[in-house]
Amino acid sequence: MTSSSNLESTKLEVKSLNLYYGEKRALNNVSMVIPEKKVTAFIGPSGCGKSTLLRCFNRMNDLVDGCRIEGEILLDGSNIYDKKVDVAELRRQVGMVFQKPNPFPKTIYENVAYGLRLQGVKSKRVLDEVVEKSLKGAALWEEVKDRLHDNAFGLSGGQQQRLVIARAIAIEPEVILLDEPASALDPISTLKIEELINELKHQYTIVIVTHNMQQAARVSDYTAFMYMGDLIEHDLTDKLFTNPGKKQTEDYITGRYG
Amino acid sequence: MKNLSKKQTSWWKSGLPWVWLNGGAVAVCMLMVLGLLGLIASRGFGHFWPADIMQTKVTEMDGSQQIIMGEVVRAETIPASVARDSGYEIPEEQLLVTRHLFKLGNRDVTGRDFVWYLENGMDEWTYPEDAIVIERREWGNFYGYPVAIREQDKVVAELLDENFWEEMQSRLERALMLHHQVEVIEKSRIGAINNAMEELRLERRRLELSGATAEVLSLADANISERRAALEAEYSVIKQERDDLLQQATRDKLVAKTADGKELVMSFDHLVRITPSNQLSLVEKTVSYFQYFWAFMTDEPREANTEGGIFPAIFGTVTMVIVMSIIVTPFGVLAAIYLREYAKQGVMLKIIRISVYNLAGVPSIVYGVFGLGFFVYTLGGNLDELFYAESLPSPTFGTPGLFWASLTLALLTLPIVIVSTEEGLSRIPSTIRQGSLALGATKSETLWKVVVPLATPAMMTGLILAIARAAGEVAPLMLVGVVKLAPSLPIDGVYPYLHLDQKIMHLGFHIYDVGFQSPNVEAARSLVYATSLVLVLLIIALNITAIRIRNNLREKYRSASD
Repeated sequence: MTSSSNLESTKLEVKSLNLYYGEKRALNNVSMVIPEKKVTAFIGPSGCGKSTLLRCFNRMNDLVDGCRIEGEILLDGSNIYDKKVDVAELRRQVGMVFQKPNPFPKTIYENVAYGLRLQGVKSKRVLDEVVEKSLKGAALWEEVKDRLHDNAFGLSGGQQQRLVIARAIAIEPEVILLDEPASALDPISTLKIEELINELKHQYTIVIVTHNMQQAARVSDYTAFMYMGDLIEHDLTDKLFTNPGKKQTEDYITGRYG
Repeated sequence: MKNLSKKQTSWWKSGLPWVWLNGGAVAVCMLMVLGLLGLIASRGFGHFWPADIMQTKVTEMDGSQQIIMGEVVRAETIPASVARDSGYEIPEEQLLVTRHLFKLGNRDVTGRDFVWYLENGMDEWTYPEDAIVIERREWGNFYGYPVAIREQDKVVAELLDENFWEEMQSRLERALMLHHQVEVIEKSRIGAINNAMEELRLERRRLELSGATAEVLSLADANISERRAALEAEYSVIKQERDDLLQQATRDKLVAKTADGKELVMSFDHLVRITPSNQLSLVEKTVSYFQYFWAFMTDEPREANTEGGIFPAIFGTVTMVIVMSIIVTPFGVLAAIYLREYAKQGVMLKIIRISVYNLAGVPSIVYGVFGLGFFVYTLGGNLDELFYAESLPSPTFGTPGLFWASLTLALLTLPIVIVSTEEGLSRIPSTIRQGSLALGATKSETLWKVVVPLATPAMMTGLILAIARAAGEVAPLMLVGVVKLAPSLPIDGVYPYLHLDQKIMHLGFHIYDVGFQSPNVEAARSLVYATSLVLVLLIIALNITAIRIRNNLREKYRSASD
């Protein structure tokens, strides 16, 4: 892991980020670097700001009333909070998967094709191709290829979550944000999602928020530990779990709180 | 040891009184609804059952005796003194007398349709086999005996002939068919010519208004009078055809006599239905019952709405409700989407919302007055001046009509649609919205592609409530387009097929008109129940349709709202 660190380039860079919900400060002067085509996991107790930070990367926090941001986040070197940035365009490059599977009330096919249709793709051939590729990429193709035109709600929770991932990769983002993607799933579905993350990291930069430290240890290359809005420690996963640099991190991963 | 057996908690504390109270409330509601529906259904359905024809001898007030024939309507008991006061002779020892109401028909012979007779001095009731009731196009029912059938002036069948009854029915059928043909000619072909004539007149007037020179006008006049002559020639051909049919229809005549022996000759052309009620078996009566019910649903009203069917009223009600739905749904949905999704939450929005909710509580007659003043006179008047100037001073849209009635109802039901749509939108989980936004959709793309489809069941709920409210509304409609007798249906074969400017008939108003404006109260009574029944059935049918659509939508978007 360490040997490759020299080769990797920066995908996202957070520069002294402060975030306020009204008067309340939710993120304290966070700065970090997220490397390209690696999996970075955010861990920390509930309410520590890890999901909030994740949602800064595709500006989902814009939807929250009274949310205010100071500082910068650079995607490939340009600030995503610049006034000139088209938020919809940003979200096409930075995809997101949520905690609870949220397929649209459409067919499986239409769910995956949704993002492309938004971009004005009409050709049936192109759509068919992308839908198949994305579903294969999300390891769902074999299970649904015979019922692409059934309603997506007919799928199980784990299948729905993989469908949502397929939907996200269909528009070929550069970064995929995963917000506790397996917390609502059973262990077998969770395993499938984790295997999928391992596959996806060859192509995409992945940031994952998780409550489950074993999961973070299993899937991620880098791990960031956050506490009360502060980024406490950010390092290679192996190092952070075996030899944490901060007392707080050690307390957390050994289960002394949280 | 602790006593674990059931404690004797007081009945009051056990919470049972609440259960009883709640259950009781439901029971009372159900009783009221069932009672109302039961009353309407029993009286309404009863109207169509072929009643037995009764004959008896009665004593009039002056002591003279008379044979009467008709249907028994109902009986009541009154104090003898009341009868004595009005001039009847009642024995001293009798305290109460019973009197019966008979429907005697024969308005052209006796001038009396419904008559009360005291039981005193009444003979036994008999039900003669040969008695018939004839429903006629004029003068109401005829009760009596058939005597003979005449073709021109020659008798072709008499009562005792073997095939008399079949002969009578087949000749009636022939007359009905001819009558129907005449109707078709009058309605469609002569109607079309009238329309074309009117169009010519308007064309001339339009030219005049556009400021054409005298030269152009005289040229046009020549052209128009040529076309008019062609139309008139066509008309005289059609009229001849119609007159021939009418002539044929008057060929057969039915000779009948009343119970007291007066003979009457009626042309078959004027008859609608001949029923020998007393001969009918139960099965035949049932058949006749359904035929009568069907005729009631599909015929046009006659005799100031007291006879015939209610088809134009059913048609008008349905058309109006559909046009209303087409207006109110987009309006309500768009307004609700703006209020819920785009408007800035604040004092102003609160005021708007309260105003919208309060609209639902405004008495409906107020909407009627507003519709008449604003829609009809202001909007309609201006429309006429702009687009229909040639037919002024006779108004096109500047007068109450279907469109204004629908628009007024749409305004009346708008709050219902807005409220339910808003509720529906607020129930869509935010994760679904975020899912769409995270894929790079804009807010409006998310709204139209994901959120609004999910909210359609709620919109349908609003529409169901709106339909139920609108179909039963009467008060405002009297002002903005509903009349007691409309000359034609709002949808027909003449361009533009849907006539939004036309006045319509409406079941609710029909009930009011038949029940309270009718010259013949007794005849109207059962019609009121029958019409109410049809209105209730219609509302149920409209609702079931809408509910089915909603359930389909719900099924489609099932787990999204879980």
